[in-house]
Amino acid sequence: MHSKRAPWLLKLSAWGGLVFLHFPLLIIAIYAFNTEDAAFSFPPKGFTLHWFAVAAGRHDILDAVWLSVQIACYATVIAMVLGTLAAAALYRRDFYGKNSITLLFMLPIALPGIITGLALLNAFHAAQIEPGMLTIVIGHATFCMVIVYNNVIARFRRITHSLIEASMDLGADGWQTFRYIILPNLSTALLAGGMLAFALSFDEIIVTTFTAGHERTLPIWLLNQLGRPREVPVTNVVALSLMVLTMFPILGAWYLTRNGSDVAGDGK
Amino acid sequence: MDISMTPYEKRSRRGRALVTFLHRRPGFYLALLLVPPLLWFGAVYLGSLFALLWQGFYTFDDFTMTVSNTLTLANLKALFDPVNADIILRTVTMALLVSFFSAVLAFPIAYYMARYITGKKKAFFYIAIMMPMWASYIVKAYAWTLLLSKGGVLQWFLEHLGLEPLLTAVLSLPGIGGNTLSTSGMGRFWVFVYIWLPFMILPIQAALERLPPSLIQASEDLGAKPWQTLRYVIFPLAVPGIAAGSIFTFSLTLGDYIIPQLVGPPGYYIGNMVYSQQGSIGNMPMAAAFTLVPIVLIALYLSMVKRLGAFDAL
Amino acid sequence: MAAVQFINVSRIFGETKAVDNVSIDIQDGEFFSMLGPSGSGKTTCLRLIAGFETLTSGSIRIHGQEASQLAPYERDVNTVFQDYALFPHMTVLENVAYGLMVKGVGKKERTHKAMEALERVALGFTAARKPAFLSGGQRQRVALARALVNQPSVLLLDEPLGALDLKLREQMQGELKKLQRELGITFIFVTHDQSEALSMSDRVAVFNNGRIEQVDTPRELYLNPRTAFVAQFVGTANVLTSELSLKLTGLPGSRSIRPEHIRLTPQPAAGTDSVQVSAILKDIHFQGAATRYELALEGGEKLFVSEANNLPVSAKNTFHQGQPVVACWDKDAMVALVEG
Repeated sequence: MHSKRAPWLLKLSAWGGLVFLHFPLLIIAIYAFNTEDAAFSFPPKGFTLHWFAVAAGRHDILDAVWLSVQIACYATVIAMVLGTLAAAALYRRDFYGKNSITLLFMLPIALPGIITGLALLNAFHAAQIEPGMLTIVIGHATFCMVIVYNNVIARFRRITHSLIEASMDLGADGWQTFRYIILPNLSTALLAGGMLAFALSFDEIIVTTFTAGHERTLPIWLLNQLGRPREVPVTNVVALSLMVLTMFPILGAWYLTRNGSDVAGDGK
Repeated sequence: MDISMTPYEKRSRRGRALVTFLHRRPGFYLALLLVPPLLWFGAVYLGSLFALLWQGFYTFDDFTMTVSNTLTLANLKALFDPVNADIILRTVTMALLVSFFSAVLAFPIAYYMARYITGKKKAFFYIAIMMPMWASYIVKAYAWTLLLSKGGVLQWFLEHLGLEPLLTAVLSLPGIGGNTLSTSGMGRFWVFVYIWLPFMILPIQAALERLPPSLIQASEDLGAKPWQTLRYVIFPLAVPGIAAGSIFTFSLTLGDYIIPQLVGPPGYYIGNMVYSQQGSIGNMPMAAAFTLVPIVLIALYLSMVKRLGAFDAL
Repeated sequence: MAAVQFINVSRIFGETKAVDNVSIDIQDGEFFSMLGPSGSGKTTCLRLIAGFETLTSGSIRIHGQEASQLAPYERDVNTVFQDYALFPHMTVLENVAYGLMVKGVGKKERTHKAMEALERVALGFTAARKPAFLSGGQRQRVALARALVNQPSVLLLDEPLGALDLKLREQMQGELKKLQRELGITFIFVTHDQSEALSMSDRVAVFNNGRIEQVDTPRELYLNPRTAFVAQFVGTANVLTSELSLKLTGLPGSRSIRPEHIRLTPQPAAGTDSVQVSAILKDIHFQGAATRYELALEGGEKLFVSEANNLPVSAKNTFHQGQPVVACWDKDAMVALVEG
């Protein structure tokens, strides 16, 4: 840095970028409170909470929310278990095929969702499994696992190995070492990974459209609403609520890992 | 030590024997850890992926609309038909454009974050970028449909700033124009850039963060002006971060099928093609063949950016 | 009775022999140091005793019992780690009590014993703190207390003083030696600092390239080094090759002579039995308690001479750079070295 103060153009660009990122979300927030029925118009005509009440009364919305919550819970639990196992196996030892396995775990995130979705759908057809909640959970768990794995392995790598050796030196066997030393140090990363996985599963749409039968998760419900201009106000409300709801796990995950070099959520 | 066993020790004797057994056989222990996730990945993920690719070689009968498992290269060949090649070209062009412009937009933001702010301000910026990143894809896409619509926000701004003629001029440009904002190629482009921008900002910011200040001081000490330091020292060292971010923008654009439907002129993207082929038409082999395109392209792209150091910057 | 025995122990990683056919007997109640440069195998040997490495061949016995099959938590050995390895999520007291907790000792008893151990290293007041809030020296003593509270028969110390500054290090050296005498248990201490090893130990093993070059008391190591490596690693030494020794002293075989055993005179003295060698004075370093002279011999070889500054300074300024001098020493002061 040649000076402590940023050139004004840079500062403008940076803050401008932030505004750009948040502006569309702000629009949704504004519209959600709009009195006007045809909510494509701007500026908003008035302020009301009416549409929130309407949304709360809609069965299809509530069903979609409940389904999304259930799926997210199942997917997150599976992801946390399998992701941690994988991270425990790969964070240290070198063995034949380790690089291939690491690459393998990157695929669900690196390849576009459409490929994962189609592949799973194809497989379910071949295995004659009806698309339904089970298939959605399987799809979600697959990439949620990668999220948990990334978070946990980063934390594993920060646990200096001498801590584990010290524990064993003092008489604790492998299980005790895991329970008293590894787990407490992992806990926040594990929790953060789980929260991110939950948020990801809740928000996911691309893979879900392939693996869902007639089920409608909340994002799918939203997608369907895009062809219903007359229901725009309710759609706005749901969109805003979804946004706000998933904010909490993200913030939570960030808060849990903010003191480390590997902050949760800084990349899928 | 000469102490008699405590009740605790007597109880856990068998448990400890098991743990010690695992401790002495690290290979077995490793296998125990890896088998569940690998089984899942191998069977569920890889298995279905290969099955899908294999489907690409099956035959689809246009008349009966059924799939038979006679192997054929017809689907792969069909990828080179003018219509299909057009689709592929359109998608790849957009993916490259989006990657490039995201990098251009992201760099100043990342640079500012990495080098000029600390503490609470930096945390604020960090969260401010993370939130839109994790906000629901569909919510963001939806927000843009609102923004771009006739009578929507952007239209209102343009009217009130008297910039409508500019809009009409831009919309009449071939390729990026269209009938309205929300059916223009440019509109689609901006939505893509918007949605993937945070994925580009954070890796660049991380790469710049890792830059030791002493390098910049050395450059200045040796007489380089600020833009020279940026060009010769800072930017080259940020390239791995840019490359890492571009992996997301490139691959995600390549496979997207929702945004092309929502915004922009008619014209299929690879994603739309895949979706429609497997959906109503039921031509799974053709859909599978189409998925081969992003897989191959992404694999190529990954090997290219690996050499730029992207993998270390992820 | 030997506390720890190495019998033809080797540890081979692929092509490298980290430990090459090492045999030692470490006695009960001994303060034993393993000294050597980095990569010499001393730390690997320590980790072999603790159980963090497995040996490739040979056998290690702890109190007569074959130890290679035992996991670290099954051995009656405790380690003080180089980076202290204090558990960051536990308080100091919980850290110290850890070894007792995992053995099933009740809370009241282990708290009492842990506090005792902490008091012994004068850190009782830190009991409720987390390790992050302690200084380096304090952490080191907590690590010590944590290891000792389990009353091991052998304590392993892996370069524990390396991170401390000089004054603190010297203080800790004295404390450790005192502690060992009080407790009467075997201390096995790894270090690359030869003055540290010499000042604290009953015996020292000098490691080089995975092998032990000499095991002896500090005094013997210094006065009678066996090989050129030991002569030059423990203190400074002038090592005369076989040819040079023959030329200068008439005696064959390589020898070492300590700098402080050489005297400088302006001219050769007649009628003595000592070795006299002409040289040019190349450099003079004032080192406080002593002055070090760097000499160049006829054939270009270097010779170091050290003289204590115990005369009034004015009387000492008799030499200047470039001056031809004569270095002389007694033949008995030279030590014959083993080749190889």
